[in-house]
Amino acid sequence: MAEINRDDVAHLAKLAHIDMTDEELDRMAGELAVIVDSIKTVSEVAGDDVPATSHPIPLSNVFREDVVGDTLSNEEALLGAPDNADGRFKVPAILDGE
Amino acid sequence: MADLIHLSADALAQKLAAKEVSAVEATQAYLDRIDAVDGAINAFLHVNTEEALLVAAEVDKARADGDALHPLAGVPIAVKDLIVTRGQPTTAGSKILEGWQSPYDATVVKKLRAAKMPILGKTNLDEFAMGSSTEHSAYGPTRNPWDLDRIPGGSGGGSAAAVAAFEAPLALGTDTGGSIRQPGAVTGTVGVKPTYGGVSRYGAIAMASSLDQIGPVSRTVLDSALLHEVIGGHDPHDSTSLTDPVGALVEAARLGQVEGMRIGVIKELQGEGYQAGVLTRFHESLDLLRSAGAEIVEVSCPNFRYALEAYYLIMPSEASSNLAKYDGVRFGLRVVPDGAPTIERVMGATRAAGFGDEVKRRIILGTYALSAGYYDAYYGSAQKVRTLIQRDFAAAFEQADVLISPTAPTTAFKLGEKLDDPLAMYLNDVATIPANMAGVPGLSLPGGLADEDGLPVGIQLLAPARQDARLYRVGAVLESLLEESWGGPLLAKAPAIPGIAGGK
Repeated sequence: MAEINRDDVAHLAKLAHIDMTDEELDRMAGELAVIVDSIKTVSEVAGDDVPATSHPIPLSNVFREDVVGDTLSNEEALLGAPDNADGRFKVPAILDGE
Repeated sequence: MADLIHLSADALAQKLAAKEVSAVEATQAYLDRIDAVDGAINAFLHVNTEEALLVAAEVDKARADGDALHPLAGVPIAVKDLIVTRGQPTTAGSKILEGWQSPYDATVVKKLRAAKMPILGKTNLDEFAMGSSTEHSAYGPTRNPWDLDRIPGGSGGGSAAAVAAFEAPLALGTDTGGSIRQPGAVTGTVGVKPTYGGVSRYGAIAMASSLDQIGPVSRTVLDSALLHEVIGGHDPHDSTSLTDPVGALVEAARLGQVEGMRIGVIKELQGEGYQAGVLTRFHESLDLLRSAGAEIVEVSCPNFRYALEAYYLIMPSEASSNLAKYDGVRFGLRVVPDGAPTIERVMGATRAAGFGDEVKRRIILGTYALSAGYYDAYYGSAQKVRTLIQRDFAAAFEQADVLISPTAPTTAFKLGEKLDDPLAMYLNDVATIPANMAGVPGLSLPGGLADEDGLPVGIQLLAPARQDARLYRVGAVLESLLEESWGGPLLAKAPAIPGIAGGK
């Protein structure tokens, strides 16, 4: 099983959209290495014949009637937004200007 | 009316119904208590004075008018700040949601409002419920009413401490790996994780969706049963909600009989790693149950030894996905770096500033476990372990009606003691995690004080899925036998809390 190093953590932090300082990356890499080391044997416990459990109490086909339910109004949905305009969430530029 | 706050929720409800006391008096007594001691405890992140008194006044008027009322109408309650409430902030213990107000009520909150239970406020927790000590709250730790230098457990340390310090008769918690039961154990209170799907999770801010469960926190087993019946039942808003009726839990708690029941001691959840004083009290509880006519048997759950590592793959994986929505777009904090940043840079800066260390650790760990090339080895393998744990439970429940273990391996540790050692912190949940992995219900009740430190020990009961009633039946009998041996409730032995005004 693979180890986890500082470069991995830097890559994962980028994927997870969390900016990290050099000091944070160093510390996090050390802490995660210990945690990963303690959980890596999990793959050796169960064989191929053991099915995976995704939910503790299996349910299937949970449907409801196709009618409008008690949804939030436009104003309510925008109430906690950091910025909004014209009834929509407003965000900074998606693409770089260049 | 200082004695009002020491009543159980059941006793208070009876006094309210008999008009011996008004709901406003009871609510005010609790608000006064919060004002007097919460500066020392820090159980509350928000106190909901105005609305709580308004609801209490409505109850008093309805009672005076002879209107039909729910049995718990006018009994106040505190709500863990992971559960959304209209008209009050919900922070999840995180800076990323500081000042945020939900535009809707959680289903359990709607049910509290329908029963006219005044909501006293929102209780402290580890950020996004990630922790076992409440030290990971962005708003400072909660302190254990038994010893202010010690942790109240976590993540629901606020709810447990509030109930233990007589700042509320009841509270709501959430339990993903023990966050209701372990705080109950270390504060000398009762906490219940219902069967997965037995109580709606709609409006509980999600950490790990396949493990999370809302449940009751109280000072007595019967009080938890009363609250469980209020909040339980099917909710179409939660697609994992079970359609079964909630069951006769209060009746089970009042039965007072365990004769002939088979109670299984889990071989793997004792011995090495468990504090001597915890085990002494645990064995006393077994003796008491035996004396009441229960049959004590030993069961083996060999795969429980892998539960902790599987949990620390499944939980962060699901959490990393659930927490992706805190990106500074639809709610909460937005941090805009200098220049003309793109949304991607805003997200990176927002999440860096808004999340604490433990949340970041779990997001990175979850992102790692779910990434290409590792998914099968980690998340997939952990899900297989989950199947093995379920099989262990199934086999154990063929030999026993209820299982029993210590709730936590130790009593409350000192604040700061395990903060720099995440792995040591995770070990607190070793006995509580299997129930979440299998979806079965669990209850923790006070089992006495450990000889070496005089701090509360928790006894955990586990039942098969959908058999929550058995927990209340056995729990209430054990509680009454223990209280008989102590000459009163365990919390009567707790030291007085120095008065430091809350000022929230």
